[in-house]
Amino acid sequence: MSDVPVTWYHSRVSDSACVPRAISAVPSAVPTAVPTAVPTKTVASRHSALVRATHWITTLCFFALLVSGMEIVISHPRFYWGETGNVLTPPLFKLPIPASRNLVPTGYGYVLPDQNGWSRYLHFQSAWVLVFTGLLYILFSFLAGHLRKNLLPHGSDLKWRAFSTSIASHLRFQRPAEAEAWSYNVLQRLSYLFVIFVLFPFVIWTGLAMSPAFVSVFPATVNLLGGQQSARTLHFFVTLALVLFLLVHVGMVWFAGFKSRMRAMITGRAAKPDAEPMERT
Amino acid sequence: MSEFSPREALPRKLSRRKLITSGIAAAAGVAGLGVAARLAQKYGLIPPDHGGIYGLGETLTYASQRLLTRHSFAREFSRSQISKPPFPNEIPPLNETFKRLQAGGFAEWRLSVNGMVARPASFSLAQLKSYPSQSQITMVQCEEGWSYIAEWIGVPLSQILRAVEVHPQAKYVVYFSIDPDWWDSIDMADALHPQTFLTYGMNGDELPVGNGGPLRLRVPRQIGYKNVKFITHLTVTDNLKSFGKGLGSASPEGGYAWYAGI
Repeated sequence: MSDVPVTWYHSRVSDSACVPRAISAVPSAVPTAVPTAVPTKTVASRHSALVRATHWITTLCFFALLVSGMEIVISHPRFYWGETGNVLTPPLFKLPIPASRNLVPTGYGYVLPDQNGWSRYLHFQSAWVLVFTGLLYILFSFLAGHLRKNLLPHGSDLKWRAFSTSIASHLRFQRPAEAEAWSYNVLQRLSYLFVIFVLFPFVIWTGLAMSPAFVSVFPATVNLLGGQQSARTLHFFVTLALVLFLLVHVGMVWFAGFKSRMRAMITGRAAKPDAEPMERT
Repeated sequence: MSEFSPREALPRKLSRRKLITSGIAAAAGVAGLGVAARLAQKYGLIPPDHGGIYGLGETLTYASQRLLTRHSFAREFSRSQISKPPFPNEIPPLNETFKRLQAGGFAEWRLSVNGMVARPASFSLAQLKSYPSQSQITMVQCEEGWSYIAEWIGVPLSQILRAVEVHPQAKYVVYFSIDPDWWDSIDMADALHPQTFLTYGMNGDELPVGNGGPLRLRVPRQIGYKNVKFITHLTVTDNLKSFGKGLGSASPEGGYAWYAGI
């Protein structure tokens, strides 16, 4: 089908992001019921309801897990490698913070209040909600084409030239082009894929590998990591990686236009600058 | 691609069909939850501290781990992996009764067992030791994050429960420390588990007081705090409501989960 210059029109149609490519596929005989006169500045659907809901539930759970996780770490801010570790064994490293138990020699002359009870309750409850939300999101990504359309980089993006262009524009702190409000760039896609399919599964795995009941059924989950204390240490590092992602993610949202990006992720809608069909990044 | 359909481009309205389908879906959801709750109750998958804002997570954790771990064994380690020295955690100040028994070499220490049993009994340490002793090299991991491995020597709790003839309706074993504020409970799946020990020895020796001597309950598939030290009394029951605040143990009263498999 040849590319007919079809104008943008209001689309609550596709729930998925990034509709521009579909333009060329629109039948030339537009049904009369559809408004054909299109204002140059339209509002269109950017993020589907499911993506938005799972995004914010995940955000909430992540903060709950982070806060409760920090409270749990404070009760023993020492990390070890292997199966076991305690104050009588040398640590791999220590966090230079006071502890919430007087058992731990921290060098501080005081002990913080113990918050482990509710922290553990909250940690596991948030983990459950996060896992269910994540499964729903993954299922949707595969079934509704979200993964293929919005997350997997296109073949052309993976060519070295396109890749280096994207890296260079990031390094130059270039403000993203308008089109990028409608389609993730290649580095963005790869980061999201890494977080969704590597960091989150790994943080869940290392968390479960610390559970004595869970590993009684699946001992390989902890043995592969080198022991229960190794699992705890790795859990800590994956969390740091996720926090790093969060900081860069929020930083980029700020840089790209906090209001418009937040609007898109909350209401699902974003302004389209003009009627021209845009090229994909 | 048929993504652009004129019908959908029109503003959405709550149609009658949509109203009916969501109504049916909601009713099915509520009914499904009701059935799930009843099934969970029947198969003993609801923890005693299921109320409150964290009840959902707690129930999911307990139910899923109970279903998964019915027949699983805590990891056992080789003798070379035993932590040297074994780590004695802090213990609460020992009361006068304990000190008196300690002065007598614990010869007067008793473990009484009552509740839903055919033959309530009281055991001395010597009587407990007259049962064939067993040992396991397992890990104690504290909810704080530290851990150690030791060889634990004792008698499986299931042997004692068999000796007193537990009623088939029994659901929990409640266990009490000599410290009156320290008690806990486990379900029958854990109580009858072959690795659940009444331990009186450690690493080939007597169980040190710092590690819970003369008698400690070992539940190696759960976190450290379920392994109550200085055990003097067991009660077998089918209902935890009448113990303390009815939450199953002293832990939830202090803000900690009753089930500690994670």
